[in-house]
Amino acid sequence: MSMRDPLAVARGIGSAKSGTGDWWMLRLTSVALLLLTPWLLWLILGLVGADQYTVRTTLARPLNAALMLPYVLSMFWHAQLGLQVVIEDYIHGWMEIALQIIVKFACAFAALASAIAIGRIVFSA
Amino acid sequence: MAAQQRPLSPHLQVYKPQITSMLSILNRATGVVLAFAGFVLTAWLLAVASGSEAFASFNALAGSWVGAIAFVAVLGSLVFHSVNGIRHLLWDIGWGFELPKVEATGWAVVVLTVVITAALAYLGFSAGGAA
Repeated sequence: MSMRDPLAVARGIGSAKSGTGDWWMLRLTSVALLLLTPWLLWLILGLVGADQYTVRTTLARPLNAALMLPYVLSMFWHAQLGLQVVIEDYIHGWMEIALQIIVKFACAFAALASAIAIGRIVFSA
Repeated sequence: MAAQQRPLSPHLQVYKPQITSMLSILNRATGVVLAFAGFVLTAWLLAVASGSEAFASFNALAGSWVGAIAFVAVLGSLVFHSVNGIRHLLWDIGWGFELPKVEATGWAVVVLTVVITAALAYLGFSAGGAA
């Protein structure tokens, strides 16, 4: 049980820093995903069983690529923020820091790799 | 943080499961599942962008029973997380906190999830797809 004055504890914690921004980005990416997910489901269900040529040319269509890229970016951003909240809740200490970094790197890497894949599909069509 | 682990009073063992708490943890669980599924989407994009071997490998896994189970699990997670997500956004603008509304919207989410997932899974499995 801490004997510190509550005001001192509050002052020590200070401002929420990036907290407000994180909260808003989670909501903004949610809206983006709610708009884009129906399209993604329609696209993917339509490509079930298709051969590689069909999938490639479908994804290479400018409108599809132009929707897939923001989908991927919004999704990984949303995922990183969401996982951040989960980790904050359950894990503390050095393991928390390590996991937060791993999650950030993994999401950033996957987003970049997806962008490169989409770029390759579009520009080699 | 405590020097010595002291006993905790039971909570999860005794608290009655309710639509509020169950949907809340389910939103978190489906979110985590979807985070992993996102990486599968990346793998798929990379497979499509690569040679025919990569694509064939991905398709082999996707077409297996493992892939089928994963497909339904991820689809259900996506539908639930999205529909419940709308419920969360409504709370964010201040609507729907009254207990009758919480329960009504909660059950609406459950019903919609089951119906939409069933419909989309049917479309997915009647191969050849919608296009």
